[in-house]
Amino acid sequence: MTIRDESPAADEKRSPYNFAYLDEQTKRMIRRAILKAVAIPGYQVPFASREMPMPYGWGTGGVQVTAAIIGPDDVLKVIDQGADDTTNAVSIRGFFAKTAGVATTTRTTEATIIQTRHRIPEAPLSEDQIIVFQVPIPEPLRFLEPRETETRTMHGLEEYGLVHVKLYEDIARHGHIATTYAYPVKVEGRYVMDPSPIPKFDNPKMDNSPALQLFGAGREKRIYAIPPYSSVKSLDFEDHPFEVQRFEAPCALCAATGVYLDEVILDDRGGRMFVCSDTDNCEQRREAGHTGTAAGIGGESQ
Amino acid sequence: MIAPEILTGGFSEPVFQSQAVFRQVLDAFARPGRVVAMPSVVTAPSPLFTPTAAFLCTFADEATPVHFEAGLAGGAAAAWVTFHTGAPLAERPDLAQFAIVTDPLALPDLETFALGTQEYPDRSTTIVIQVESLFGGDRFRLEGPGIDGAAEASPAPTPRNFLPALARNRMLFPRGVDLVLAAPDAILALPRSTRVTALRGA
Amino acid sequence: MYVAVKGGEAAIRNAHRLLAERRRGDRSVPSLTIAQILEQLTLAVDRVMTEGSLYDRRLAALAIKQARGDLVEAIFLLRAYRTTLPRFGSSVPLDTGAMLIERRISATFKDLPGGQLLGPTFDYTHRLLDPDMEDDDEPVDAGTVAVEREAVPRVTDLLGGAGLIEPDGVHDPEIPVGDLTREPLSFPADRDLRLQALARGDEGFLLALGYSTQRGYARSHPFAGEIRMGEVEIEIEIAELDFPVPLGRITVTECQMVNQFKGNGDAPPQFTRGYGLVFGHAERKAMAMALCDRALRARELGEELTAAAQDEEFVLSHLDNVQATGFVEHLKLPHYVDFQAELDLLRRLRAEHEARKAEDAAAVQIREAAE
Repeated sequence: MTIRDESPAADEKRSPYNFAYLDEQTKRMIRRAILKAVAIPGYQVPFASREMPMPYGWGTGGVQVTAAIIGPDDVLKVIDQGADDTTNAVSIRGFFAKTAGVATTTRTTEATIIQTRHRIPEAPLSEDQIIVFQVPIPEPLRFLEPRETETRTMHGLEEYGLVHVKLYEDIARHGHIATTYAYPVKVEGRYVMDPSPIPKFDNPKMDNSPALQLFGAGREKRIYAIPPYSSVKSLDFEDHPFEVQRFEAPCALCAATGVYLDEVILDDRGGRMFVCSDTDNCEQRREAGHTGTAAGIGGESQ
Repeated sequence: MIAPEILTGGFSEPVFQSQAVFRQVLDAFARPGRVVAMPSVVTAPSPLFTPTAAFLCTFADEATPVHFEAGLAGGAAAAWVTFHTGAPLAERPDLAQFAIVTDPLALPDLETFALGTQEYPDRSTTIVIQVESLFGGDRFRLEGPGIDGAAEASPAPTPRNFLPALARNRMLFPRGVDLVLAAPDAILALPRSTRVTALRGA
Repeated sequence: MYVAVKGGEAAIRNAHRLLAERRRGDRSVPSLTIAQILEQLTLAVDRVMTEGSLYDRRLAALAIKQARGDLVEAIFLLRAYRTTLPRFGSSVPLDTGAMLIERRISATFKDLPGGQLLGPTFDYTHRLLDPDMEDDDEPVDAGTVAVEREAVPRVTDLLGGAGLIEPDGVHDPEIPVGDLTREPLSFPADRDLRLQALARGDEGFLLALGYSTQRGYARSHPFAGEIRMGEVEIEIEIAELDFPVPLGRITVTECQMVNQFKGNGDAPPQFTRGYGLVFGHAERKAMAMALCDRALRARELGEELTAAAQDEEFVLSHLDNVQATGFVEHLKLPHYVDFQAELDLLRRLRAEHEARKAEDAAAVQIREAAE
C-alpha cells in the first residue's frame, strides 16, 4: 500500500528543517560523493558525514544517502531484517514521511527507493529502482587490519591476499568458509567490497542487477556504489566454490522455497518454525493464495 | 557594475530543481552512454548550455574549485557560475573539482586535470565537455559497469583526440577523470570505468 | 501461535510516552526549569557545550533536561542540532592572553606576574557530603572576590621570551583551518584537526588516555604550566572590512602543559607543549586534552611510538562519544537475519563433527572386531 503523508509536519513551509532534513550544502557534498562512487565501483569515497538526529550505527549513512537522492515524486520503502515493520525501519520511514512528505510503501515493486538494513528483497529489482544499504563497517579488510592507513594502501595496490588467507584458514579449521554474512565480494574485477551485513544468501542478487546499489556508512564516513549491470563476485576458491545457505523446509506461512527464512522459536521444548524474512514477499504470496503449514494457526499478522 | 545577465537565471526553486537535476545526472553516471534529458531550469550566458549550467548549480559550491578553459575564464559565463554557486575559480586544471570545456575540438590532454591518487582516486576532476549534439558524430562502443552488454555514443563533433585520450584514462583506473558530454538539452556521462572503442561501420 | 512482529509504530509511540513520563518523574515535585540547570548545573552545561561542539548555554541546559541528565545523550542532541546550522566562517584565533581571568594557576612557579588566582574550584574542598545541601541553599556571598580585569601574561609566553619552550605552533594563514565536521578525517591528520577532535572528544576517554601517559605509556613528564579560565572575546574577519569584528564573549578553560625538553643538532634543548582548550569551566577535560595532544605529537617530535595515546588513528577514531555510543548501542537492533546465518552454519559444523566422531567410533569397532 502507498501512503502519502499529508500531516502538517509534511508541509515544507511549516517545518523548521529543509526538505529531507539535510541542508542543501550537505546534499551537494553527498551527491558529489555518490557520483564518484558510481564512477569507481566498489571504492569507498570518504564524505563529511553529518550528525543525524538518530544514533550512529542505526542507519545514519543510509539515511544521508536517501536524503540526498530523494525527491517529492519518489516512493520510499524501508526494511530492516527484510521486514517493513521492525521498529528501526518504522522509525526511518517515519522520518522521511515527516521531513520530506514523500509517499511510502511496503511493496517492493512500487518503491523507487528502497533503504535496507541486512537484506535485499526477494523480488528482483528493476532499472527504475535504487537500493540504499545501511553499512556499519564499510571496510572489508577492517577485521584483518584495523588501520585505515594500511587498508587504504591495500586497496590502492589491489593487494587482497589477506582476505583469501582468512577465508582459507576457515576452511582449514572448519572445512567450510565460516563467513555467513557481510561476505566480501569483488566488484568489476577490481575492488574488494563489503556488501554490508546481508546474509551471503543475498550476495548473488548484487551481481548484474538492473538497479543502482548505493551504500552509506555514516559513522565511518564512507559512500560506495555498484552501478547497474556490474559484475559482483563473492570471493571463493576453485576447490571451495561460493555457495549460499539452503533451508530444508519452505516458509511455514506462504510455502515459499528458495527464499531466506527467519527461525521463530515457538516454545521451550525445541518447537520452532521457519518463515519468510521478506515480509512483503510473504504477504504477496499469501494474498495470491499460497499457504504454508502454519498458515491456519493464527499466522495472520496484525 | 555587474551585468544583469550574470545576476539572473539561477534556480528559482533550488531544493527541488537541484534534486531533479541530480537524479538525471546520477542516472547518466549509472548508465554510461544513456542520453538523459536535462530540465530547463536555469539560463546562463553564452557559451554555457543549460545542462552545463544546471550541472554546476547542482554540484558546485564554495568547496569545489571550477576550471574554465582559457577563453572563458574572465568572461560572463565564469562570472555567472561564481555568482550563482560561490565556487572559486581554479586557474590550474589539476586543482579543479570541475572543469568546463566549451570547445570540444580544443579538449586539453586529460592528464592535465586532477587524476586522483591510487589511495584516493576520488580526488579527481569531472569535466563537462559541451558538444553540439549527442548524436550524429563518429560512433563509439561503450562497455563496462552500468551497461547491459554494450551501448553506443556518437557526440558531434568528436572531441579532440577522443579515443586515445579515453583509452589512456581507462588505463589509469581507478585513477582518472570522469566526463560529461553536454548538448544544449541533454547530457551523457562517460565515467572513468567505461571502456570506449571505435564502432566499425560508422 | 505465531504472530508476526507488527505494530512497530504503536510500540514506538508508547515508548515515547513512557519516556516522557519517566523524565517528568513524581508530579508532586516541581518541574526542573532550564534556568535552574543553567545556574546550578553549570559544569554539566559546560561539558555538553564542549563535547556538543556548540557554545549555547541555554540549548545545552535544555538538552540536559530532555536527556534526563544523561550527558552523552545531551551532547548528541546538541550535535544533531548543530549540524543543521549554516557555517559562516571561522573566527580569528582567540587571544587567551587577553582573557578576563576568573581562575589562573601555575604549578611551575611559586609566584609570577598576575599571581595565582584560585577562583571557583573544588580543589581544596574536603569531599564530605554536606547534609545542608538537602535543603534549599542559603545564598553564599563571595564578597569582593573580583575578576581580574587586567590581561595576565601566559606562563608559556614568559618561558617563550627566554627561549626555554618551543614556540607556539604556527598555522600557515594561506591554508584554511581544518574542520572535521566539513571534511572527513584522513590520516595522518594535522594538529588543527587533532585539537578539534580532542576538544569534541569524550572526557572520560581522554582522561583515561591522559592518565595512561602519566603511568608510563608514552610518558612526557608534564607540568601544568598554566590553567586559566575566564572570558575571551570572539572576533571574525569580514571580507569588506579591514579590521576584525567582535561577536561576543565566551568563557573558556585553557591548559598549557609544559613537557620534557627536546632538542637536536639545530635547536637547543627546550620544553615542549601540550595544549587543551574547552568551552566553559572544564578543567579536567582541558588537562586531559593537553596530555593527549602532547602524546599525539610523538611523530612530529621524533619520539618512539609505543603507546595507545600516541596512536593518532586509534585515538581519533575512538574518542567521539556520539559515534561510540551509537555503535555500541546499535547491538540492540535486530540482527536475527545474520544470527540465523551463523546458527545454520554452526548446526552444520556440529552435525559434521558428530558424523566424524561416529565414523571414527565405527572404524575402531571394526578394527577391534577384526583383532
